[in-house]
Amino acid sequence: MIRDTFRVLWVDLATGKGRVEELPGREEVLGGSGLAARLFEQYGRPELPWNHPEQPLIFTIGPLTGYFPLMSKTVAGFKSPYHDQYAESHAGGRSALALRFADLDALVVSGRAPRPSVLGVGSRHLEVREAHYLWGRDVLAVGKYLRRMFSGAGHRSILRIGPAGEQGCAYACINVDTYRHFGRLGGGAVMGAKHLKAIVIQGDATFPLPEGKEYAALFERVFRLLTDTPMMQKYHNLGTPANIRVLNDLKALPWRNLTATSDPRAEEISGERFAEAVLLRNTACAGCPVGCIHLGFVREKFRAENRYFFRQIGYDHEPIYAMGSMLGVTDAFQVLRLIETTDRLGLDVMSAGVALAWAVEAWERGLLTESDTLLPLGFGDVPALEQALHHLARGATDFYRLLAQGTAKAAAVYGGGDFACVLGQEMAGYATGEVFFVSQALGFRHSHLDAAGYSFDQKARERRVEEALDYLLAEERQRVILTSLVACLFAREVYRPELVAECLAVLGYGELAARLGEVGEAIQRRRWRLKLATGYDPDRVEIPRRLLEVENWKGKVDADFMTALKAAYARVIRELGRPAQG
Amino acid sequence: MAVKILTTPRLERCIGCYSCSLACARLVHRRLSWETAGIRIFTSGGLSTGFEAKVCLACEPPPCAAACPTGAFAPRKGGGVVVRRRLCIRCGECARACPVDAISLDPQGEPFVCLHCGRCVPFCPHDCLAMRPVSADGREEAP
Repeated sequence: MIRDTFRVLWVDLATGKGRVEELPGREEVLGGSGLAARLFEQYGRPELPWNHPEQPLIFTIGPLTGYFPLMSKTVAGFKSPYHDQYAESHAGGRSALALRFADLDALVVSGRAPRPSVLGVGSRHLEVREAHYLWGRDVLAVGKYLRRMFSGAGHRSILRIGPAGEQGCAYACINVDTYRHFGRLGGGAVMGAKHLKAIVIQGDATFPLPEGKEYAALFERVFRLLTDTPMMQKYHNLGTPANIRVLNDLKALPWRNLTATSDPRAEEISGERFAEAVLLRNTACAGCPVGCIHLGFVREKFRAENRYFFRQIGYDHEPIYAMGSMLGVTDAFQVLRLIETTDRLGLDVMSAGVALAWAVEAWERGLLTESDTLLPLGFGDVPALEQALHHLARGATDFYRLLAQGTAKAAAVYGGGDFACVLGQEMAGYATGEVFFVSQALGFRHSHLDAAGYSFDQKARERRVEEALDYLLAEERQRVILTSLVACLFAREVYRPELVAECLAVLGYGELAARLGEVGEAIQRRRWRLKLATGYDPDRVEIPRRLLEVENWKGKVDADFMTALKAAYARVIRELGRPAQG
Repeated sequence: MAVKILTTPRLERCIGCYSCSLACARLVHRRLSWETAGIRIFTSGGLSTGFEAKVCLACEPPPCAAACPTGAFAPRKGGGVVVRRRLCIRCGECARACPVDAISLDPQGEPFVCLHCGRCVPFCPHDCLAMRPVSADGREEAP
């Protein structure tokens, strides 16, 4: 509900008890990203490793969550197993509205349960339920059990991990309501380390709305902007997979571990092809009329006498890139099959795909033996890749256990660092050039969504360091406001600062609305401070040689420009993250 | 003007955005809620199974009104009920009487049911919902 303080539920898994805390600071941190950082400062232990029981796993929503459409995302904050630094990961599904209706601005999970457990929260309940029988089960199976074990169907959110999270894979994801994920930087392993198989959040509270007609009128205006105008068309038509054809045409789609940036077979895995051949239906995050979630189907024949079963699998640009072009898989159904396996195992699809792409090339170059991989690997060899995903998630050999800690870590031991496509973490699907490479490699979340460097690469005519740097910083600042509200970044063209200010004002946060720019900058600084304090050194980030060899529609990568931009961005990050005075 | 009722003729198109529920809670009941709404969206066993709406079928005569001991729920012309909140004693009999679980009770026992006002309809992005005229004897007229 609308209030100046944050209502935070802190839970200790060791005892199964929790407490509700009312914390100040709305005017400084808004919510979402800002609140997660604020809570990590309070509950986190920068000097202790990521898997120490005292480290908190934080989930936050923002002041506009549920009050306006597409304010539908949750921010997770935690110390990451990937690099042992403070990290953020974002997800939608029903998680954000479930937290809102559980009357929680934040959920902070601390401690380690004595045995595998499930945390259940709602506006009127809290329980830590022992559930050893769920351990080891895949994400889809566990979802089915949890739906029966807990009440509140339709008005709840179920977060859970798969075997990858239990095994401590540094890029294990947290699955949200089957089709969404806190994908990146290993939140799933943090849950695994806490013996926390799942969290069920029940949204069962009701809140009064502001008096008068202004709020409902503004809601309707925003709703119409999002549904009646073409601004969001790309997300609900083909969805993000529209990028596959566009990037391939630009020679900017990574293929076969980025040994190529274009391939005529892209048509077979394009958004157009998926829509025509595999798209079954769409679904939405709670509170989002756009409904960008695209579900495809795979029909499998399991007996000669025409016996079939079918599965529904969510797809987007990034999973198609990671399990398709990057692994040389060019059949839409086969791509879906690999995405589904990844989902069931609870792996982040981008990191898993890029890690395997590196492993295939390392295998082909003779850097790995069959005792490492347990089977020969090859681009496009779907059965082998599927087996390898299982080995990766379950840590079948020393090699897979190391690869599960990150591609660069495996390359440091086995060789092949030059072709490990790692930009802070395994790269996203945009070989657009220098600005994207620097922006993901150095960015706060090492995400393509931190600052959209790929967009600058596509729009800018000239390569100027100052111009690129200004773009990245301005984007980051606008986005950190959106991820503190917490908006879906797909709505960024609708939720411009003026509209955000109106939304805040109508809910009674007029003062905050007037200071939005200043607050955004403060959150930006706070997050960088935390990342630096937990060990981040932007000067030590390397961009592997394979990325320098990229040739796209603009020609070759300009190494001098990239080096200069990287140094300049690192300098600004250090400046932004300087300890606060006093 | 013919009496209309809310119907869900194209619910197979539902994407589970909850815009209808939230609109009812916001515009009719002045609340932010998943629960205190006349139309509520549920999954039938996880997101892979699609969505269903719990909404008043506009029974005529309505069993909820028959069960109401205070006259807070009274039959509505064309089907469904007219609700007079000040008469409600929060006994919950209406919700128990509804054969399709279309009435929700908040934690204080206050009932919420579709009033067939149609304010949710324009918020559905896929036209799942429609207001349909009903004849004097309560049957839906052909579209």
